[in-house]
Amino acid sequence: MTSLDTKEARSAREGRRASSAPSGPARPGGAGRAARPSRPAEESLLPGAGRRGFWLYLIPGFVLFTVIVLVPLIWNVYLSFTDYRGIRPPTWAGLDNWRELMGDERFWTSFLNSVFLIIAMVVVPTLLGLLLAAMLFDLIGRKFGGRLASFLRATYYLPQILPVAIAAIVIGWILRPENGALNTVLDAVGLGALQHNWLGSPDTALLSIMVVMVWVQLGYPVVIFMAALQRVDPELYEAAELDGAGWFQRFRAITVSIIRPEIFVVVLTCTIAALKVFGPIYALTRGGPGDSTIVPSYYAYSEFFQSQQVGYGATIATALTLVIVVITVFFIQAQTRAERAERDR
Amino acid sequence: MATTVVSPVSADGRTRPAVPGARLPKAKQRRRKKTPTDWLILAAAVLFGVVVALPFLLILVNSFKSPEDYTQGGPLSLPTSLYFDGLVNFWNRVEFPAKLWNSFVIAGLVSLFAVVISVLNAYALGIGRVRGRTWIIVLFLLANMLPQEALLYPLYFMFKQVGLYDNIWAVIIIFTVIQSAFGTYLLSSVYGTFPKEVLEAASLDGASRWQILWRVIVPISRPTLSVLAIFFFIWTWNEFLIPLTFLVSNANQTVPVAITALQGDRLMDVTTTSASALLGLIPTLVFFLIFQRTLTRGITAGAVK
Repeated sequence: MTSLDTKEARSAREGRRASSAPSGPARPGGAGRAARPSRPAEESLLPGAGRRGFWLYLIPGFVLFTVIVLVPLIWNVYLSFTDYRGIRPPTWAGLDNWRELMGDERFWTSFLNSVFLIIAMVVVPTLLGLLLAAMLFDLIGRKFGGRLASFLRATYYLPQILPVAIAAIVIGWILRPENGALNTVLDAVGLGALQHNWLGSPDTALLSIMVVMVWVQLGYPVVIFMAALQRVDPELYEAAELDGAGWFQRFRAITVSIIRPEIFVVVLTCTIAALKVFGPIYALTRGGPGDSTIVPSYYAYSEFFQSQQVGYGATIATALTLVIVVITVFFIQAQTRAERAERDR
Repeated sequence: MATTVVSPVSADGRTRPAVPGARLPKAKQRRRKKTPTDWLILAAAVLFGVVVALPFLLILVNSFKSPEDYTQGGPLSLPTSLYFDGLVNFWNRVEFPAKLWNSFVIAGLVSLFAVVISVLNAYALGIGRVRGRTWIIVLFLLANMLPQEALLYPLYFMFKQVGLYDNIWAVIIIFTVIQSAFGTYLLSSVYGTFPKEVLEAASLDGASRWQILWRVIVPISRPTLSVLAIFFFIWTWNEFLIPLTFLVSNANQTVPVAITALQGDRLMDVTTTSASALLGLIPTLVFFLIFQRTLTRGITAGAVK
């Protein structure tokens, strides 16, 4: 009995954490407002008939999920062990694809480029987003009014709402080689020597893509962090201020430590997004020039539909999936550990 | 870019000595007063906003210029006369209304179906609390994390077999599943805290499970459901890889795919390209303006995406 109780208490706690980490204080809608004490997991919330029969409601979702996600996923893993060119049935090739993948320089380049995209989509936006959110919330919101702060927040968020391929086209237009806005302006201010074929030369193509991604991604952490900051008790800031803590000290000691769960969520989701980038590469560079902007998802796509090396494309896609799963597990463990340390303190 | 934001912080850091242990009323007064540093930080934040908005402004200004006007005045000048040929040409070339309609039908049906599936799943998981629900939710969440490439080829093969390749229904079905996976995760935790008195009252009145779901739970959770629907709509509208793969013929393409397909085309002069970007971003800007309030409320709920 006792062991059962603790297990339930733990699962209830975990359930609450899982739902509160991403949704934060501003969960939409009124349905979930009335937080109730957790009850034994064995019962349904509906009195009477128990919980038998509820699985009927899962059938449509589960059938669809199996057909659209589970079967293709397993099939794709299977294809990674075959030689398959899309026409004749796949033939078993054992670990051939995987062996080839390990020695494939292009594949490693694609992952290295992903690391640069992680810098552009995770590191820079999270750090900048923290500073901007704290600035908007703590200084601008308090001293110049909340409306100005939310207007600025909306401005930062604007690129997030675009289809990412369109966002890439917008920046790509500015970076056009012959008569693009950037080159024209550089010429006009006498810096013509700096003119460059930004997306067309190997040394700046990846950098240009990174600029696109920073622009696209920045608003997301700002909005999430600002929502999280609503949780911070203003008296805490006042007390710290009275104790002579400067803005940066308050930022580090109060802001960052309180919104740590959101920082975890943002870093994790943005890392996954960075590993999956496809649209901007397709729209702007198609992985080129050379392999300078190739990323795993574009590499897999081109193996599937251009080289017709389906087995090898499936191998790349499976490897990417594995990397994402490993990173996710690692992050969630790190977060659990950090939270436990926090509780024990 | 980084320096514009980093500098105000250190600038503010320098004012630290000026804040020695003030008394409470004084501190309150001081909060109202704006120091030069505050203005500096405001200027930096506004400047940064301008930098973020600049690409939009450039696209807007240059979509209404003729190529000659662009060559003479450069990208920063206002158009000398309003020129609509670029926009009109591109509009006709991509048959923009048809693409808008495709995107609209796909995103609209996906958001409807995905909300229905999410509600059914969450009813069983959040309120019914079926056995093993934690694992089921983890499984659904997995679908959201997966790179779509890992499903792409098998899906392509399957839909070709059943004759739905190059048909918008393929994309509708796929995104219904992917979006409802997220919806199930979110809604299960919302329904898990559903007020029990309401459910008890309904069941005392003799309502069946099916009636309780549609007459009690769905109406009460409507605000959450509408936020979910809006997000599903916009996410689906913005999707790229799967529509690109499945909708190959011109007539079926969505807005982002159709616009991307024409980039680099020989006939695309500089202002027509700008006009194409403008056409691509207008629909999402319109959604943003319509749903702005709901979105900012709901973004935090969508944090997992």
